[in-house]
Amino acid sequence: MFYREAGDFKTSYASDQQTFPIKLDRYFVWGVLAIAFLVIPFVINDYWEKSVLVPFLVWAMAALGLNILTGYCGQVSLGTGGFMAVGAYACYKLMVAFPEMNMFLVVILAGLITAMVGIAFGLPSLRIKGFYLAVATLAAQFFLVWLFNKVPWFYNYSASGQISAPERTVFDIAVTGPNAPPWATYLFCLILVVVFAYVARNLTRGRTGRSWMAIRDMDIAAEIIGVPPLQAKLSAFAISSFYIGMSGAMFFAIYLGSAEPTEAFGIDKSFLVLFMVIVGGLGSILGSFLGAAFMILIPVLLKNIMVGVLGWPADLAAHIEFLLIGALIMIFLIAEPHGLAQLWRVTKEKLRLWPFPH
Amino acid sequence: MSASADRAAKIGDTMLEVKDITLSFGGVKALTDISFDIKEGEIRAIIGPNGAGKSSMLNVISGFYHPQQGEVWFNGKKRGPMKPYQVARQGIARTFQNIALFKGMSTLDNLMTGRMTQMKTNLFWQAIWKGPAEKEELEHRERVEHIIDFLGIQAIRKTPVGRLPYGMQKRVELGRALAAEAKLLLLDEPMAGMNLEEKEDMCRFVLDVNDEFGTTIALIEHDMGVVMDLSDRVVVLDYGQKLADGTPDEVRSNQAVIDAYLGVSHD
Repeated sequence: MFYREAGDFKTSYASDQQTFPIKLDRYFVWGVLAIAFLVIPFVINDYWEKSVLVPFLVWAMAALGLNILTGYCGQVSLGTGGFMAVGAYACYKLMVAFPEMNMFLVVILAGLITAMVGIAFGLPSLRIKGFYLAVATLAAQFFLVWLFNKVPWFYNYSASGQISAPERTVFDIAVTGPNAPPWATYLFCLILVVVFAYVARNLTRGRTGRSWMAIRDMDIAAEIIGVPPLQAKLSAFAISSFYIGMSGAMFFAIYLGSAEPTEAFGIDKSFLVLFMVIVGGLGSILGSFLGAAFMILIPVLLKNIMVGVLGWPADLAAHIEFLLIGALIMIFLIAEPHGLAQLWRVTKEKLRLWPFPH
Repeated sequence: MSASADRAAKIGDTMLEVKDITLSFGGVKALTDISFDIKEGEIRAIIGPNGAGKSSMLNVISGFYHPQQGEVWFNGKKRGPMKPYQVARQGIARTFQNIALFKGMSTLDNLMTGRMTQMKTNLFWQAIWKGPAEKEELEHRERVEHIIDFLGIQAIRKTPVGRLPYGMQKRVELGRALAAEAKLLLLDEPMAGMNLEEKEDMCRFVLDVNDEFGTTIALIEHDMGVVMDLSDRVVVLDYGQKLADGTPDEVRSNQAVIDAYLGVSHD
């Protein structure tokens, strides 16, 4: 049987506006989730956890966040790294202050704290747009990283200026620290990402999402139709920062274990997430995942092919990897400027008519 | 009952009144001491040559411009300085001279955005979706589907509006304003750039909206045939001043209007 939506009729508005209107899509997503939750935790090893799955999940979360702000609400931000740092430091302070606290709660609270910081740095968006806003958010990036370097309270006066995650648990299972088993850290990140991807989807398909997209597409008309610009923009900044803060907390506590702000949350991270969102597809939840996969998994894949299969020296492989990734980004953006998600949408549209294209 | 008496019976009290509006941008006076009213249930046309201040007038009504002098009364209450979205909440919707649709969104989403002021669920329920948010969404979807039926745009429901032809975009924009279920609908050149057939369709929609939903309509239009046929009363602006105000017949025979706008034969 071919993958197509012809013949998949809807008889109610509820079934017409579900997330995956095509039956095969639904089966596929349920299948992926089943494998992710029921199979991978039993076969996962240290390498897959540290190099592939956990970074993918962490960056997918960050991409979701930036996509809400840039893709849905049209506000360009280069402060992602800074907001991730806020999430990481909030997470650290909470972990130290409340050792008994469930890590899920810690990460979510870290996200909420970042959301408040996000609102503060979102205020200029009420006056400025586009490139100028990008420059204003750049200020957030540099200011926040500087702040975490300069104020010892944030890193609890440690001699190295670093923060490191102590061992913390979820229902007595360690998810942070060196003793955390790979399946636990993986499942921890997976649950957060799946739950909040669902939340992102819900927010973007409803009233809030439409108010963001209205502001993005035509702010004057949005206002005339009843969208308060202040509320729409600041809610986008808040929710976007919430996601980015959670990803920063996960990045620090689960993935890195210990972090130093300039190194871990520099401007390159802001660009990385922005590239993910652009390559994946602005204004698409699926695009956030595709973009994160592209930017995180392709390098791992290339490295494995070049070093593992072809047996090239690691330094040569690393440089060729940069070249190839750059070329791939350009090829994809020329082929489809609206990102991988759009590529998928176009494929679906073609399949709908296949094999009679006219 | 004759057609005109039938119309007269439908028109109610004054809904919106502007009093002595003066609006200037620096030294340029866009509007000078303009006063007129719009009665409930009527179709009110605002005409005038280019640059006469018609769109500025609509912008004052919808809260974009704040006049230096004058008052806007709506539903018998004087209106303080208001943001456009607050005006929308009061029940005034409008379309734009240049299409101002949300290009990246589908027709359906554009219309659903029109219902923004009526949707109430908070962020928390929206995040969970199941429950109140979904219920509300489906209720509003049903209302929007009525408008889609009314305008005959079922086939483009899921199409991003950026891909639609111009005439269709104008129709979707009307749909978005209708979705707001406003009491007063401001249409800024709804028929600009359309061919005859599209104009006829649009006229039919304007009349049907007025007739079926009882919506009061204020429209700016350059096509005199359309204006004279559709509207109950016409106000004529020129260089920011009011030239005339009255029924189409009165306006047509007004000498000042003929001189300024409709053209005068110099012989």
